[in-house]
Amino acid sequence: MAHGPAKGISRWLFTTNHKDIGTMYLWFSFAMFLMGGVFALVIRAELFEPGLQIVQPEFFNQMTTMHGLVMVFGAVMPAFVGLANWMVPMMIGAPDMALPRMNNWSFWILPFAFAMLASTLLMEGGAPNFGWTFYAPLSTTYAPPSVTFFIFAVHIMGASSIMGSINIIATILNMRAPGMTFMKMPLFVWTWLITAYLLIAVMPVLAGVVTMMLMDIHFGTSFFDAAGGGDPVLFQHVFWFFGHPEVYIMILPAFGVVSQIIPTFARKPLFGYASMVYATSSIAFLSFIVWAHHMFTVGMPVAGELFFMYATMLIAVPTGVKVFNWVTTMFKGSMTFETPMLFSLAFVVLFTIGGFSGLMLAIAPADFQYHDTYFVVAHFHYVLVPGAIFSITAAVYYWLPKWCGRMYDETMGKTHFWLAFLGLNLTFFPMHFVGLAGMPRRIPDYALQFADFNMIASVGAFLFGAAQILFLYNVIATIKKGKPATDEVWENPEGLEWTVASPAPYHTFTTPPQVK
Amino acid sequence: MSSEGSYYVPEQSKLPIFASLGLFLTVYGAANWLNGDDSGPTIFFFGGLVFAFVLWQWFSTVITENINGLNSTQLKKSYVWGMGWFIFSEVMFFAAFFGALFYIRTMALPWLGGEGDKGVTNEILWQGFEAQWPLMVTPDMAVNGDAAQVKGPAQSMSFSSVESIWTWLPFWNTVILLTSSVTVHFAHTALKNNARKGFVGWLGLTVFLGICFLILQVEEYVEAYQHMGLTLETGAYGTTFFMLTGFHGAHVTLGTFMLLVMFLRAALKGHFHHDDCFGFEAASWYWHFVDVVWVGLFIFVYILG
Repeated sequence: MAHGPAKGISRWLFTTNHKDIGTMYLWFSFAMFLMGGVFALVIRAELFEPGLQIVQPEFFNQMTTMHGLVMVFGAVMPAFVGLANWMVPMMIGAPDMALPRMNNWSFWILPFAFAMLASTLLMEGGAPNFGWTFYAPLSTTYAPPSVTFFIFAVHIMGASSIMGSINIIATILNMRAPGMTFMKMPLFVWTWLITAYLLIAVMPVLAGVVTMMLMDIHFGTSFFDAAGGGDPVLFQHVFWFFGHPEVYIMILPAFGVVSQIIPTFARKPLFGYASMVYATSSIAFLSFIVWAHHMFTVGMPVAGELFFMYATMLIAVPTGVKVFNWVTTMFKGSMTFETPMLFSLAFVVLFTIGGFSGLMLAIAPADFQYHDTYFVVAHFHYVLVPGAIFSITAAVYYWLPKWCGRMYDETMGKTHFWLAFLGLNLTFFPMHFVGLAGMPRRIPDYALQFADFNMIASVGAFLFGAAQILFLYNVIATIKKGKPATDEVWENPEGLEWTVASPAPYHTFTTPPQVK
Repeated sequence: MSSEGSYYVPEQSKLPIFASLGLFLTVYGAANWLNGDDSGPTIFFFGGLVFAFVLWQWFSTVITENINGLNSTQLKKSYVWGMGWFIFSEVMFFAAFFGALFYIRTMALPWLGGEGDKGVTNEILWQGFEAQWPLMVTPDMAVNGDAAQVKGPAQSMSFSSVESIWTWLPFWNTVILLTSSVTVHFAHTALKNNARKGFVGWLGLTVFLGICFLILQVEEYVEAYQHMGLTLETGAYGTTFFMLTGFHGAHVTLGTFMLLVMFLRAALKGHFHHDDCFGFEAASWYWHFVDVVWVGLFIFVYILG
């Protein structure tokens, strides 16, 4: 335990160190982010002009499917797990994660799972083409043979998520330094505790639903087949029972990240700490009882439509509490606008836009117009890109000096921010308009009236993609030759992670600190 | 253990990456097998062997560490949390299948049978289909008769179709499994009282009851397939029946195996002490969990089935 890192590749293959594993998660996530990004650019290139130019519709469907799957399961989720690995032990004063070997297992399953998923692109019949939500019977009766590989990939990445979450929960519940009571925990730790709970609750349900698919496809069962007394709509219920908590799994840690960053750069403690904790818990609870708002048009009884509509709208209350608290934290603060702060500010503003369009979609009768249009695409990209992706980026800029002991280039960081900010708004804002005008999602061609907005969106997407290359360069340049960072890095930041040296020693808090 | 820390953080380990490899080969082989590729079974079994071997190594490493006194009270608590949350994840897995059963029975079938707003499908697609449970006549049969592709079972496992509870196999399986939960608890109590003979005896009896349950379950499946025309392919009834009882059976198999390993450790190696017996306790929690799931199955699949 007192040892430093091992030499060569074995350091990474056999490690039990939470920092090494966190690093691997983050690099893996970035690789997946680029892969999923390339798929997205294929989509945007095809949609640059109406008509079919670059790809066939069959391949277009594979791209939308793989883009969604890779971004959700390969980019966003592992990035947050990587951040949790790096930061949670340091934030609570623990020597490492509670179960270090299982921690490495959780990570190493992922490259195998995604290699298998990506290999479906080369298989006969092509990759999965039924959308990332893989609705039956598209994903059962009418699926390409590669669906079997997709199912097993989901199974093992689910196993990885469950083990990762068990580890995080055990770490937070069992490894806090003396004096680190629950209500003293940094919000990033709180949000991850709740996220891990959500993951353990819903990843098995995802495993269940893909198992039902597997049985329907290969063993003649009738889960999703009305001829045998089943129901394709059952698929949607089980999927979204997983799927809705899943979207909060991708955003709650983001709430945690910005709740760490905003107080630092506003130079004020977080406003309403306790209400943040309760709001996060409320959101987590509500996430279990709103799933069918994804299926308003499927033909549910009116009582169901109403229940899911009102329950969904309730989520705006705790979310509003959070936005209020972030804004109030900044109120009368001595603000500076370093790169992490810029990304966090953009998070607050743009995530709120995504939240409002979510409220519009929550209104069941209105959703009948929006359903399956680009308005929905605009909505969830506004919560995922400036929500999840921006917060991850902010976290990397915020803690990178602590990780590698070197300061990133602020000018390059700000350039990255403005390019990404511009790119994402150019890409996704016009989608609101084409969506409201009736452009359907997941179609490789479109009516002429949508041409201008789509061209703008495509230009924005390539700009956003290019900005990420700058990000990559900035991170590598920081690690290689950045200026040395101080131990505190920022001005009086709050938290145990800033009490250790920069770069953080290979083992931190082997003797737990006393928290006052 | 290092001098400066009290929480044991293991050195580098080859176990996780080989466990990942084994797991990957197993599912990759399974997928190839299901898709009709000849290499499938070989990859599947090779991967399974790798996986099993690594897990064996992993558990023996953990046991050795504990015997060598590396595991502090705090570390042991991590294992306790780990097992507890793992069982919770299993609960949610079963919840998905119970949810499917409830949805099909209370929503999907009545609609297919023409009830309520959604009943219009009955007039358009499934004329003549009547909702019933157990579902003996599938919508396909109601419309297509003998030409139907998805046919219902000839007989169901439901309590309503049995003459006497005393000759009803699921009843005895319930008795066996509930008893086994008690015996494993007696084993635990005996261990706590340092009564080793009682501990090993009650634990052995629990394993025996687990095996009895599994034999009867196999018997029930053979009966279903050979005499009752009840298979995985017999519509929603066969689907939910076999998937729920099948996954439960798989969990009983795993639980029995875990208890068997604990039994052998206790009987042959003298493992477990009154204040240090987490491996056994974890297995027994798992056993109580499969028992609770069975009670749910007995009520919703057999009695009300």
